[in-house]
Amino acid sequence: MDLKRRIVLAAALAAAALPLAAQEKFIIVASTTSTEQSGLFGYLLPIFEKETGIKVRVVALGTGQALDLGRRGDADVVFVHDPAAERKFLDEGAGVNYKQVMYNDFVIIGPKSDPARIAGGKDVLAALKKIESAKAPFVSRADKSGTHAAELRYWKAAGVDIDSQKGPWYKETGSGMGPALNTASSMNAYILADRGTWLAFNNRGDLAILVEGDQKLFNQYGIMLVNPAKHPHVKKDLGNAFINWVVSPAGQKAISDYKVGGEQLFFPNYKAG
Amino acid sequence: MGKEPVRAPTSILPLRLHDVSFVAGERPIVDRISLVLDAGPRTVILGPNGAGKSVLMRLCHGLLAPTSGRIEWASRERPGERRRQAMVFQRPVMLRRSAIANVEYALGLAGILAVERTRQARDALGSVGLGHLAERSARVLSGGEQQRLALARAWALRPEVLFLDEPTASLDPGASAEVERIVEAIHAAGTKIVMCTHNLGQARRLGDEILFLHQGRLAERAPVDRFFDQPASPEAKAFIKGELPWT
Amino acid sequence: METILHALRDASRLVAAFDPKLVEIVALSLEVSLTAVVLATALALPLGAAIGVSKFRGRQTVIVVLNASMGLPPVVVGLLVYLLLSRAGPLGEMGLLFTPTAMVIAQTVLILPIIAALTRQAVEDAWREYREQLRSLGAGGWSAALTLVWDIRFSLLTAVLAGLGRAAAEVGAVMIVGGNIDGVTRVMTTAIALETSKGDLALALGLGVILVTLVLVLNAAAYALKEAAQRRYG
Repeated sequence: MDLKRRIVLAAALAAAALPLAAQEKFIIVASTTSTEQSGLFGYLLPIFEKETGIKVRVVALGTGQALDLGRRGDADVVFVHDPAAERKFLDEGAGVNYKQVMYNDFVIIGPKSDPARIAGGKDVLAALKKIESAKAPFVSRADKSGTHAAELRYWKAAGVDIDSQKGPWYKETGSGMGPALNTASSMNAYILADRGTWLAFNNRGDLAILVEGDQKLFNQYGIMLVNPAKHPHVKKDLGNAFINWVVSPAGQKAISDYKVGGEQLFFPNYKAG
Repeated sequence: MGKEPVRAPTSILPLRLHDVSFVAGERPIVDRISLVLDAGPRTVILGPNGAGKSVLMRLCHGLLAPTSGRIEWASRERPGERRRQAMVFQRPVMLRRSAIANVEYALGLAGILAVERTRQARDALGSVGLGHLAERSARVLSGGEQQRLALARAWALRPEVLFLDEPTASLDPGASAEVERIVEAIHAAGTKIVMCTHNLGQARRLGDEILFLHQGRLAERAPVDRFFDQPASPEAKAFIKGELPWT
Repeated sequence: METILHALRDASRLVAAFDPKLVEIVALSLEVSLTAVVLATALALPLGAAIGVSKFRGRQTVIVVLNASMGLPPVVVGLLVYLLLSRAGPLGEMGLLFTPTAMVIAQTVLILPIIAALTRQAVEDAWREYREQLRSLGAGGWSAALTLVWDIRFSLLTAVLAGLGRAAAEVGAVMIVGGNIDGVTRVMTTAIALETSKGDLALALGLGVILVTLVLVLNAAAYALKEAAQRRYG
C-alpha cells in the first residue's frame, strides 16, 4: 500500500476514534479512590444519569491530585474528603458552591496476630501510640490523599512526631487505598483505611478490623464546582446539577441505600444553610 | 533478437576520463587514470585483485564520484531520463517479485508504458532463455538463472553501454558459458561492452581490447591478441605468467 | 498457585459469557492501540526509511537518539502529553484530556520511535544490498526508498508489531491521559491495574490472560504471514 493511501486510512481511523461524546452531555468529576473503589459511584451515578441524562465521568485519584486537577481546570467538579484542603481550595477561589455531602469512617486494620495489642480498642490515638512503641509494621499511603492527611492528623494528635519517629516499621507506599491494602496484606502490617474500600477489598490475607467506632475516625466528604470564573469552559450548569442532586433528598437517600454485604458505607449528612 | 540500432541521436559515447583518482583512506584505489572509451570494441578490464577494476567501472557508471579528475560522457544523462548505460554485478540483486516483474520494473523506470513493458519484458526473457520462468519468484531462481535475468533486465533497456563486474565469478562453468553467450549476443546487437574479470581465458574469449590495471594505474592498453602474445609492461608479463586457471 | 487457577477460571467465564463490560474494554483497547499503530506507522515508516537511506551531518547522533527513544518510559510520555492537553497547557482548548483520542496521541508518541528505529535498521541493511542496483537502473532518491520499503515489507511488519505490542501492554501513558474512566477510557491494562488495586487479583489476572492471548495471536499471525512470504518470494 503506498504512502498516500496509508495516510488517508490513518486519518480515517483517527477520526473514528474521536469521542462521539461531542453530542453527549457529560461532566468530569475528580474524586478519590475510596468513592470509586468502594463501588459507591457505580451505584449512584446510573441513578443520577437516568434522572437527568447527564453522564458523569469520574477520574479517581487521591484528594490532593483531585484538587490539583480542579485547580488546572481539567475537571468540572471535585468530590473529596479532606475539609482542611477543601477550605484552602475554596479560599484560593479555585472552587465555588461548596457542600458537605456525607461521611464514612476510617478503621484501623491489622494482622489478627496483633503484635501491638490494639484489637477491640475504641481509641484511635491510643492505638497509634501503641503501634509506634511496638514499632509494629504500619503502611502509610503517603500520597497527599484525604486518608493520608487524616492519618497524619491522628499521629500528631497522639503526640507522635511521625517525621522524626518513623523507622523501617513505617512503610510509605505513595499509593492509593487498594494498593496500600495489598501491601499491608502481604506484610501483615497495620494500616488506616476507609471502611468502604476495606469492605470491597478482596485480598485480605490475615488482616481484620481491629479498631473502629472512635468519633475522631469520621471522615467528611465535600463537593465543589470548579470556579467558572477562573476556567470559563467549566460546565457550570451540568456540574451544579450534579452537586444539587447529590445533596437533594433523592441523592442523599441513594447514598444511604448503598450497601456492601448488607452494611451501609456512607452516611449522608448534608445540612442546608 | 535482431540487430537494432542503439545509438541515440546524441550518443553518450565516447567516454573520457581525465586524470581520475579515487582515494579511500591512504592509498588511491584508482590513481590518475586517463582514457577514452568509444563504441565498437569489447573492452575487458583485467588485473589482479585490488587493482581497482571494480572501482573504475563504478566511477564510469556513476555509482562513485572521483576524488579528483573528470569523467565526461559525450552527452550528459539527466536525472529522471531513461538511462543509456546499464550494469550487471557479480551478485545479481532482484526484487521480491516475479522474474518478469523485475524486468518490467526496470522498464518502468525508463518510462515505458505498462502494456509495452510486459511485451518487451517477455521478449527480453525469451532472448536469455528464461521465458518459461517468467512468473517464478526471482529470488528463488538459481544463481545462473538470476544472472541471466539480470542480463535480460539490462538488455531490455537497450543501453548504449553495458558494464559487467565479474559477472561469472560466482557461477559454475555451465552457467558461465550461458552468460558469455548472452554477452556476445548483446554486443552483436550493438551495445558497447565494458567488462572486468580476473579470468584470463574469459578475457581472451570475450575481449577485443584489454585495459590492464595494476595498483590503480592503467599499466597497459592493447588489442587482445597483442596483449597476451606480447605484453609490453613488466606487470602484465608477470600477471599473465602467474595467473591460474586459464578457463 | 490457587490465585492463578482462579484467574484462568474467571477469565474463561468472562470470555464465554461475552460479558459486555469485558467486550467494551477489549474493544476500546484494540481501537486505541490499533489506531496509534496506524498513525505511528504512517509517520515512522517514512522517517525511518529516510534516515536509513540518506547521509547527512549528525546522522549518527540522530540514530543514537532514535534508538534511545525506544526506551521512553510510558509514564513519562503520559505525563508530557498530559501537560500538553491539560486545560492549563498549550492544547487545553481542544478538550482532549480524558478521552480515547488523548490515549491514541500518547501511545502514538510512545511507539513512534520504536517503529522508526526498527524501520531504519531494516532499511539500512537492505539498502546496502539494493543501493547500487537500484541506482544503476535509474531509481533516484524517493523512488528507490519506496521500492526498497515495499520490497522488505514483511520485515517491516515485525517493526510495526513491536510497536503494537508495546502499545497494547503499556498502562502508564493511558492511565494518566485517559483517567481510567469507567465506560469511556478504561482499557485492558488500566482495568487490570484497577482490579489489582481493589485486591481482586483473580479478575485482574484473568484480564491479563486475555490481553496476553490477544498479543500472542497477533504475533503468531504475523509470523505465519512472514514465513509464507519468505517461502513464496525468497
